[in-house]
Amino acid sequence: MRRILITGAASAIASAAARLFAAEGAAFFLVDRTADRLQAVANDLRVRGAQYVATATADLNNFEEHKELIRQAEQQLGGIDTVLIAHGTLPKQKMAEASWEVTERELATNFLSVVSLLTLVANHFEPARTGTIAVISSVAGDRGRQSNYVYGTAKGALTIFLQGLRNRLAKANVHVLTIKPGFVDSPMTAEFKKGLLWVKPHVVGKAIHRAIGSRREVVYVPWFWWGIMLVITAIPERIFKKMKL
Amino acid sequence: MARHESWGRYPVATHQKARVLHWRPNDLRPLLQGSLLPYGLGRSQGDSCLNENGYLLDTSSLDRFISFDEATGVLCGEAGVTLKDILDTFVPRGWFLPVVPGTQFVTLGGAIANDIHGKNHRRAGSFGGHVLRFELLRSDGQRYLCAPTSNAPLFAATIGGLGLTGLITWAAIQLKPLPTPYLEVTTIPFSNLEEFFSLIGEYQDSHEYLIGQFDGVVWRRHVRSRGVLMLGNHSQHKVAKHAARGRAISIPLIMPNWLLNDYSLKVFNWLYQQRQGRKKKYLAHYQPYFFPLDSLQHWNRLYGKRGFLQYQCVVPHEAATAVMQTMLQVMAAKGLSSYLASLKTFGESNSPGLLSFPRPGIVLALDFPFRGIRTLKLLEKFDQLVGNASGAVYPAKDARMSTKSFCTYYPRWQEFSRHVDPNFSSSWWRRVRPLE
Repeated sequence: MRRILITGAASAIASAAARLFAAEGAAFFLVDRTADRLQAVANDLRVRGAQYVATATADLNNFEEHKELIRQAEQQLGGIDTVLIAHGTLPKQKMAEASWEVTERELATNFLSVVSLLTLVANHFEPARTGTIAVISSVAGDRGRQSNYVYGTAKGALTIFLQGLRNRLAKANVHVLTIKPGFVDSPMTAEFKKGLLWVKPHVVGKAIHRAIGSRREVVYVPWFWWGIMLVITAIPERIFKKMKL
Repeated sequence: MARHESWGRYPVATHQKARVLHWRPNDLRPLLQGSLLPYGLGRSQGDSCLNENGYLLDTSSLDRFISFDEATGVLCGEAGVTLKDILDTFVPRGWFLPVVPGTQFVTLGGAIANDIHGKNHRRAGSFGGHVLRFELLRSDGQRYLCAPTSNAPLFAATIGGLGLTGLITWAAIQLKPLPTPYLEVTTIPFSNLEEFFSLIGEYQDSHEYLIGQFDGVVWRRHVRSRGVLMLGNHSQHKVAKHAARGRAISIPLIMPNWLLNDYSLKVFNWLYQQRQGRKKKYLAHYQPYFFPLDSLQHWNRLYGKRGFLQYQCVVPHEAATAVMQTMLQVMAAKGLSSYLASLKTFGESNSPGLLSFPRPGIVLALDFPFRGIRTLKLLEKFDQLVGNASGAVYPAKDARMSTKSFCTYYPRWQEFSRHVDPNFSSSWWRRVRPLE
């Protein structure tokens, strides 16, 4: 039985992935900001076959609470073997440009809070010589673009942090997975116009479930984003700076 | 995300907006900028799932289960839970839906709002008969727990109420125990409608599921109506091998209007008859048996941009043979072929909804590519025949019935309209509703 800690557990992507683990009889410790949404997700996972579901409401920007959260998860599940980091926010770029406070908060949510959590988790998995750390980053972190570079900065930094962590934990047999979704039609992107490249959250959930099972390192979801980002990152800066992306 | 359209893709609503509900709402008042209509997966053929100049409440993300009682088989879920999700989750645990339609891409809320029926109506009645309770959220902020014994009038208006009485946020239904995921299928060919009617008399008591498919293409001013009766019973025997389910194929958005025509269908129907031309017995997995078209995603696009109309009617047993023969003759005379034609039976069991379609009789469903006024005139003629025989036409498939026909088919419409939420409406309702 897999014992999973999920942050941002009420998000569309996380709950889609969790459903697949629930069908296999996993146990969950779910963390999110609002109690009634967590409850709705928890009930759903129970019906779908989860062995056990515990929940905790928390604002993960309170870094000092992280230690206690992980202790609770350990205690409730009798040990953790999988961590899925799925919390995050998508700031309006213009608002971040206008305000350092907004930028700082977004960097804290999307990058620093994850580093804080993973520092604890890594030190926990390393001596045990087992465990899976799966983190939702983004294709936005592959290159800074005028339309979205604050979010992109946080996700790009996160991707690099995970590269280092993977390198460190490889010899301890700990699996580190970086998930890079493209455009996902979820509450986070409710205001965007949707086009051909958009996918439903369950597509990403399925990819996460599969990548954890097969111990992949980095996955683009859907896979074609790998090609798109290969092209985008190959454009010389001299030309890229004049493009509208 | 794809545009919100109806399954028949006729008519098309060009001025409607959608609000996606991600969590069960407590109050709809903040959303009131126009009339509202719940929209699930858009499997209604006509305009009952469209709201031109208004708003759709997209419930497809309200797809969470709430509880399941392993002892009793009572399942509670949000309105957007799909029948596919229910079957995928509960078939392995030995439970099945008491009533399934021809597609599993239907939401729980939609199944209630259309009081859907299946191939086992004689035994199981309609879907609404297995609904234990649900919550109805009205635009004034009131929430009603509806059940046969609580808020009964609203319960009766909402079952088959086409989403007009408010938003169903969650519902509890009764599942039935399932011995195995397989069905013992018997197929028997018939060469015309009369033969079909005598076959059902012979077999309907020994088989739970019954459906006839026939050739509705006009050949030399004549509809042959030869076809196949498919009977099914849940198999009691465990089988080791898994029946192949195959990969779903998706039809691209742009298909030419000419792809489906009388000639391509003649070839298809001939091949089908060659395969099914004699009596056969076999074991089938429930998915291909109940949902043969689900492996062809967006099959409605095969009709091209013009879209199609389905005419589904029920005619009381005593008049059925004559009325349906006449319908086929009218089709033949006008040279309008049906590309998908099926027959079922409805039993005696009472439908719980004020606007429920099922009532005792024979059910005929005919799909027609939309050919403008010719098609509409044909269906208008059908309405006269069905109306005179005290039959009815299914609103979930309708894009054109007149107010007069609606009132004939649904004599309890006045009682129903009292329960319609003043801020809920649909293109269909504005079209058929009599002005008082």
